[in-house]
Amino acid sequence: MLSRTADHLFWMSRYIERAENLARLLDVTWQMSLVPQPVETINQSWNAIIALNSLEETYSAKYSEVNGENVLKFMVSDADNFASIHSCLRMARENAHAVRGTLTTEMWETLNSTWLEAREKTFDQLFNAGIGDYFEWVKMRSSLSRGTTLGTLLQDDAYHFIRLGTLLERADNTARILDVKYHVLRPTGDEGATDFYEWGALLRSVSAFEVYRKVYRDVITPERVAELLIFNQDMPRSLQFCLNSVIKILELIANSNSGETQRQAGMLHAQLRYGRIEDILDHGLHEWLSDFMDRIYLLGNGISKDFLVPMEEAA
Amino acid sequence: MDFYNEMIDANGGVRPHYKGYEDWLKATPPERIARKRAEADLAFHRVGITFAVYGEEAGKERLIPFDIIPRVIPAPEWKSLRSGLRQRVKALNMFLHDVYHDQEILKAGKIPAEQVLKNAQFRPEMMGVDLPGQVYAHIAGVDIVRAGAGEFYVLEDNLRVPSGVSYMLEDRKMMMRLFPELFAKHKVAPVQHYPDMLLEKLRAVAPKGVSNPTVVVLTPGAYNSAYFEHTFLAQQMGVELVEGRDLFVKDEVVYMQTTQGPQRVDVIYRRLDDDYMDPLAFRADSSLGVPGILKAYQAGNVTLSNAIGTGVADDKSIYPYVPDMIRFYLGEEPILNNVPTYMCRKPDELKYVLDHLAELVVKEVHGAGGYGMLVGPASTKEQIEHFRQLLIAKPDGYIAQPTLALSNCPTFVEEGIAPRHLDLRPFVLSSGKCVDMVPGGLTRVALTKGSLVVNSSQGGGTKDTWVLED
Repeated sequence: MLSRTADHLFWMSRYIERAENLARLLDVTWQMSLVPQPVETINQSWNAIIALNSLEETYSAKYSEVNGENVLKFMVSDADNFASIHSCLRMARENAHAVRGTLTTEMWETLNSTWLEAREKTFDQLFNAGIGDYFEWVKMRSSLSRGTTLGTLLQDDAYHFIRLGTLLERADNTARILDVKYHVLRPTGDEGATDFYEWGALLRSVSAFEVYRKVYRDVITPERVAELLIFNQDMPRSLQFCLNSVIKILELIANSNSGETQRQAGMLHAQLRYGRIEDILDHGLHEWLSDFMDRIYLLGNGISKDFLVPMEEAA
Repeated sequence: MDFYNEMIDANGGVRPHYKGYEDWLKATPPERIARKRAEADLAFHRVGITFAVYGEEAGKERLIPFDIIPRVIPAPEWKSLRSGLRQRVKALNMFLHDVYHDQEILKAGKIPAEQVLKNAQFRPEMMGVDLPGQVYAHIAGVDIVRAGAGEFYVLEDNLRVPSGVSYMLEDRKMMMRLFPELFAKHKVAPVQHYPDMLLEKLRAVAPKGVSNPTVVVLTPGAYNSAYFEHTFLAQQMGVELVEGRDLFVKDEVVYMQTTQGPQRVDVIYRRLDDDYMDPLAFRADSSLGVPGILKAYQAGNVTLSNAIGTGVADDKSIYPYVPDMIRFYLGEEPILNNVPTYMCRKPDELKYVLDHLAELVVKEVHGAGGYGMLVGPASTKEQIEHFRQLLIAKPDGYIAQPTLALSNCPTFVEEGIAPRHLDLRPFVLSSGKCVDMVPGGLTRVALTKGSLVVNSSQGGGTKDTWVLED
């Protein structure tokens, strides 16, 4: 298929997935901030969201203070913030518009009406109506978008590039959520009850609370949470699940230039397939996750170079 | 002014070919009609059959109003129209081939040479370039109006990138969906095979030696006013919709960038004006085109549809000579009428035009889309004076024609059903000796009372066009 078409499809699905994961991250942070704890701790976790997206400069140009409401406003509906949910939904729609002939009517209408609805509401309206409801809405729209894709689109290259975008974005986002929360949560030590709620909220943010119960049938510990999100091969938002699917798709779309990208993906996949959580924790989870995110970034670049914006010299 | 009404004859009776529709309209409860009209609006919006309007807020998209009263053409009228269109488009293509080769028609003195050779639309780059089947305008949109007692006139020949065919197809789809019972009662000639016919024609004009050509549609991009149509046609033909940046030229061969590497492109149905096609040959500031594509084209390695340089045949200053072209190339008398045209570059005709501005329609020679024209009888004194100045300043930039009493047809408007003026744009497809079209075309209707301008950019709407089979 046309490289530019593939590029738009890839980014369309990345942006909608990014909007969903951002909603998940903001939701869990918001919920955690409602559990009684020192103000500094709460603001630290809001700050982490800004830092995670390297948005310190853009943020401080607009807001003097880091607090829940400001960060939510900035990350939910600020049109000037290219990383806000608002911007992600707009970009998803714009990419879809550019290739609407390739999408099914249902897919196009889902993304188009999501954007039309999103731009209707001001932040204050969303906040007063309950920001949690808004996060739910974003998650449902993203699910609807995936559902119409699965239910209506011919499973040819278009489908593969859409899936590839979703999975790469999700792998990156799950790693980010784990990184930022693990970092904040770990030092709090043995305050049993708070820990339970906080880890519980983190699991819920990736729809993994019930999964955890099913898999471990035991109390929630940070190590197992990390293990679940990284290594579980059956949970749709775990890193291993994402990479399992990525390497399969790469085999389907492979071309004469993509050997190196496939090799990189294979190496990353092998780490997840044969790694152990103990080794990662010994080595330092934060370091490991940072390295993982870097490699996902390089993988995205490789895919872009091989398939989406190929050089003319290849002719 | 008296107008020819498509549905009602001079004595107030319903014309025979509208009888069936009229009976149905009388028997159908108004609530049902209202509901169906609302349904049509909703469906057009949801599918996003919109067009962008230049000069309005950036990215603004508007719906083209759709009217549920069809424009009905009886079989004998269509047969004569069809012969006339075949004849005309054939002659226009022969003219283009001639102008870019031996220029016999100029040597014969039928058209003043400087009118052609000094025309801004004449492309010297095309001299001596041989095209498959000697066809230049593979797709022609010929605008036809009915005036006076019902005779047809050609208003203009659109040979560059005529648009609107998607509305023709969507209008039919909508009518069949809303009122299937009407189609059970009438023998309406089908039009839905247009994309098939187009693809067949495009494949037929592939470069020599290419047996299974790759055809693409080239669009200026998502912000073009006709982007919906570009998407639609590519999808219906099952070919790629590309932008200039998806294509590149290497060794005078055109390729598109695909996820499996470069793929050769043989036929480009381009919806982009000549000026923007190749920054190396035409406008250097164009980022919409493909550098080097003209060279590939001249080398015969790719077919552009329509060809570069067709504008020299549909220019309004050439229009008055089309009947002579038909006589010259085909040795036949023209079947379709031309509208009498005053060429303002001729001093005596300019004088006549200036003296009769309030009665005439004045058009820019290179204008299109209903922009930059004056409809004398419908204009204010200021507008007329404004045009007088324009004419005096640049007489060769304009032509003028008598204001035609365009036919009208009953149409749903706010106050109920009222007559509104309309035209017809059949889409004529050519490859080699074969000239084809689907029956009918796009009917455009001016929704403003009394208005004679039907362009969608000027608030016009559309109607389904029925050619009734015998």
